[in-house]
Amino acid sequence: MNQLTKITRQWEILPVAIFLALWEVVARLNLVPGQFFFPPFSVVIEEFGHLIANGVLVDNFLSSLIRVLIGFFTGSLAGVTLGVVMGWNETTNKALHPIFSLLYPIPALGWLPILMLWFGIGELLPITIIFICSFFPVLYNTITGIRAVPKGFIRAAEILGASRMEILKTVLLPLALPNIFTGLRLEAGMAWRVIIAAEMVAIPTGIGALLMRAESLIRVDIIIVCLIVLSVMCLSFEKFFIFMERRLTGKWR
Amino acid sequence: MPTIELKNISNFVCRDISVTISNGELLVLLGPTGAGKTTLLNIICGLAPYEGSILFDGEPTDTIPISRRKIGYLFQDLALFPHLDVRRNIIYGLSTKKWGRNQIEARLDEMCTLLNIGHLLGRYPKDLSGGERQRVALARSLAPAPRVLLLDEPLNSLDIKTRKYLRIEFKRIVKELGLTTIFVTHDFKEAEEIGDRLAVIESGRLEQVATPQEIFFSPNGYKVADFLGSPNIFDCRGYEVLGNGLVKANCGGFTIVAVWDKENLSKIAISPEDIYVSRDEPPGPRINRFRGTIVEEISHNSVITITIKTKTKDILAKIRKEDFLAENLSVGRDVFFILPLRNLKGA
Repeated sequence: MNQLTKITRQWEILPVAIFLALWEVVARLNLVPGQFFFPPFSVVIEEFGHLIANGVLVDNFLSSLIRVLIGFFTGSLAGVTLGVVMGWNETTNKALHPIFSLLYPIPALGWLPILMLWFGIGELLPITIIFICSFFPVLYNTITGIRAVPKGFIRAAEILGASRMEILKTVLLPLALPNIFTGLRLEAGMAWRVIIAAEMVAIPTGIGALLMRAESLIRVDIIIVCLIVLSVMCLSFEKFFIFMERRLTGKWR
Repeated sequence: MPTIELKNISNFVCRDISVTISNGELLVLLGPTGAGKTTLLNIICGLAPYEGSILFDGEPTDTIPISRRKIGYLFQDLALFPHLDVRRNIIYGLSTKKWGRNQIEARLDEMCTLLNIGHLLGRYPKDLSGGERQRVALARSLAPAPRVLLLDEPLNSLDIKTRKYLRIEFKRIVKELGLTTIFVTHDFKEAEEIGDRLAVIESGRLEQVATPQEIFFSPNGYKVADFLGSPNIFDCRGYEVLGNGLVKANCGGFTIVAVWDKENLSKIAISPEDIYVSRDEPPGPRINRFRGTIVEEISHNSVITITIKTKTKDILAKIRKEDFLAENLSVGRDVFFILPLRNLKGA
């Protein structure tokens, strides 16, 4: 890391530090009416420590994380697989596109009532919600990515003796990666937002459920802890996919 | 390398095209944009549907799949895979054909030596210059040892200097490998420099197949002549050798000094855009300098075509609009014109 980058990074931290200091001062001086609703930053950190120590945060976090990972992984995998088939094969695209274009506009949380009736309150419910939330954007980004590959590359590969499967593996998929990653990156953050909403409404465990319990107990410090965890997870997932995209496509783009 | 025969090839663009390209010949397919040049290449390699028959060494290839026709194709936009480095681009066609690792390495070395690209192997296409990209794309086309090479205006996007260098390189390599080659271009100068024979295509029809000289001096019909820019052709009746490869020819009232080191000079030609026109008498010796009167001017975008009437022949010249205006030229004005020595072609 060169000197300039170091200095830039330091300057980026400064506004956050000022914000936290202001938060602490304003809360400590009771500048906001109702101290219960606006705990100082140090109290939030202290509560964060308690929640980790007694396992409440870890248990709820792991519940949410596992749901997000399973739902996001299966949804993305299905989206990429079907997206490749629909992008590559016009007949499949014509057959499935009308159905998916009807289903895509429905918000993931809109499925919640019907899924509750079908699956009941259980692990399958949030996982299915996350699956739906991840599936459609990844599907459409993959279709776009596959279709955006210039025909000249496919022709070149054909003339160089590649079979259809080789063209798919060595030309189409690698060149569609930037689009696929756009879908993954957007949905990685969205999956966390949706799981919290689903847990707040219908599931008794997870960060969302903890948020609701904290609200009923008027524990703003716990609510803020949950929001910080949510923020960090959304950011981490998005950064992970940015990192992976750069690693896989950065050399040639 | 095979002889290629196209027999009555027709499709949505091409119309009844028949031509035979000899073993090891470099045929240039010459024509304006939209004439059907690329479509004909696509037909030959099996990328476009067609009626008629294509034979390689007398064997019909019409039902052979693209991947087994053993054709090297250099696309106009090169189509280098952006996600593969130069090395993996070149060996792509070898991997798909399941060559062994040692064979692949040996062939890669050969290509690197032939095209002088060994230092580029680790780079990605985005990091290559225009000329380097052309050489890498050619290496990729040649690596699987094709029987036929198709080059679709591969030098279009390059500057004049690199184009000239690369077309000489391309010709050297193709001749060294003895490949039967079809090179597509819309530039006659490029075509005559590189081709053994030229095939002029216009509106999907082959208008003329002949040597560059035959086409230039005896264009088959107005379409070919028009495409070539309607060159001024002087019929010569005798000439005197001046030495140093120069001759002084008597061409119907014009005494023209030209470069000619062969026997029997019968014609001299020059393209209209190669003629210098000025209102005042140009300085220097009165060699290849003549006088006439502008009798017609036709404006076309930034170029004006003028007809200069002389005692014995009407001369066509093309000049830039800004030069036309700067020289204050107009119909009825007497002008001087020069036939530059290096732009004269003899036959």
